[in-house]
Amino acid sequence: MTPTTREFVPAAVPLGRPASSPHSLQTLASNPYALRIVSFAIVALAWEWAGRVPVSPSFPTFGETAAALFSMLADGSLPAAFANTLVPLAIGIALSSVVGVAIGVAMGLNEKVEWFGVPIFIVLQAAPLAALVPLLVLAYGIGVTTKVFVVCIMAMPVIVLNSFKAVRHTPHSLIEMGRSFMANRPQLIGKIILRSATPVIFAGLRLGTAAGFVGAILAELLVTPTGVGDIITYSQSTADYPRMYAAIAGVIIVSVLFIEGLGWVEQRFLRPEKRSAS
Amino acid sequence: MIGLQAQTAAPPLAADAAPIVEVRGLSKIYPGGVEALNDISLSFPEGELTTLLGPSGCGKTTLLKIIAGLLQPTGGEVRVRGRAVTGPGPERSFVFQDFALMPWATVIRNAAFGLELRGVPRSEREAVAEKYIASVGLKGFETKYPHELSGGMRQRVGLARALAVNADIVMMDEPFSAVDEQTRRQFQEDMLRLVAQERKTFLFVTHSIEEAVYVSNRIVLLSRRPSRVSEIIDVNLPRDSEPDQIRRHPAYLDTVEGIWQTLKRYLD
Ligand SMILES: Nc1ncnc2c1ncn2[C@@H]1O[C@H](COP(=O)(O)OP(=O)(O)OP(=O)(O)O)[C@@H](O)[C@H]1O
Ligand SMILES: [Mg+2]
Repeated sequence: MTPTTREFVPAAVPLGRPASSPHSLQTLASNPYALRIVSFAIVALAWEWAGRVPVSPSFPTFGETAAALFSMLADGSLPAAFANTLVPLAIGIALSSVVGVAIGVAMGLNEKVEWFGVPIFIVLQAAPLAALVPLLVLAYGIGVTTKVFVVCIMAMPVIVLNSFKAVRHTPHSLIEMGRSFMANRPQLIGKIILRSATPVIFAGLRLGTAAGFVGAILAELLVTPTGVGDIITYSQSTADYPRMYAAIAGVIIVSVLFIEGLGWVEQRFLRPEKRSAS
Repeated sequence: MIGLQAQTAAPPLAADAAPIVEVRGLSKIYPGGVEALNDISLSFPEGELTTLLGPSGCGKTTLLKIIAGLLQPTGGEVRVRGRAVTGPGPERSFVFQDFALMPWATVIRNAAFGLELRGVPRSEREAVAEKYIASVGLKGFETKYPHELSGGMRQRVGLARALAVNADIVMMDEPFSAVDEQTRRQFQEDMLRLVAQERKTFLFVTHSIEEAVYVSNRIVLLSRRPSRVSEIIDVNLPRDSEPDQIRRHPAYLDTVEGIWQTLKRYLD
């Protein structure tokens, strides 16, 4: 999805417009919101077209999906499903964020913790989740605990590894500066290392959150159909494809909003230098 | 005490000021086997600006960082006012070649950072920082962030930070290497003014012979790696003259030429 990758591809902002393009188009292109709307409209149109062709009988048009989305919002079934899905999701993401950042930072600060931790999280990151789910179900049953685990397995490795790298890549000259002005270890960590690591830690949190959403839905599809996963499975079994896609779109929208909110919190409270730049 | 290792050409008459920093038999071999310093002995008189000058890679930064307590020597010792150095201390401060400013902190927080680390209350440390920000010519930029400043201005913040902790010894590692010539000259004037008004000891590293002669009381010429003291030169310029007159003064031109002749030997 766009919100996660955009961080790393700043060049995606249009820089070199062809010189021949009309002036009004250029000013439009330099407006970030205009371009986002254009990009969204293109996707929606392509979707509508693909649905009308149709590429597959089980692929609804954009219009049908939007209508299903609004009707599910109106009758309250989608909000109710989300309330269900959000429980393991929120617990899992909160847990992954707090524990993940703590473990990652500890790994960055201490080589012994690094040697111990890095292999675990690299393996977890590469592990095929679907194969692990039966094991989890065996161990923890089909309740919330298993779903929280699935969310954590999806979200935690990227949060841990990003926090680790962020701390490890603190500019050496800033650490030397701190030492030369006689910072003690807690000051060095609190005032220099963590502050300098903040942007990359937050990039990890955004990626982890996106992965956590995927994990929450996967858990509902693989463990027991509840919440949004239930709408998806049920609509699929009754061939109500617009509803199915509307549920998926709903998950994406909530995920994007949440990730954007995280970015806003970071900019607002932790990156004063960014605020003054804009 | 001055220049034990010096095959000194200049007569040893600089012994008037007492040494505040003494370097005794200092050696540094980096892990991996690079021998950066070999048995260097030197002393730095109090209240003067001493410049370390030498070919690139000869170990100037290494020497300065050992004096700062940021690096451990392989052999020998550094004494500051007679006490052996084991790490950084409040009587020494450092101006970094790459500025080492915190991008997330404003100019005033950066300049006050040394005091912040020492637990000085905010209003107090900001008052001190404000004074030094003004004295390096950055009044009005207190609430800006480093990325909003030019390279020269950033280094002024680094200078204000080093001055704000009121250390007796200010060490500067090529502080002007990343700024343009015009800013550099401006800086040199500011340095001379600061040296005159702050009564501190400055240890200065530069690549530029002209700059060394222009700002220093004393120049230590280092030989190629592993570094030894090749010569110590006392600079006596008519400091009350105009900058242009100083740069045309025979004493200035002769000293620059003499150093160039010495350094040329290390070029080949
Ligand atoms: N951390 C390090 N590990 C290994 N070798 C190093 C390290 N730092 C410096 N050296 C080597 O030690 C020698 C002296 O380095 P130093 O940085 O002190 O030189 P310098 O005189 O400051 O050079 P320059 O004028 O280019 O800044 C160089 O040959 C360099 O390659
Ligand atoms: Mg150097």
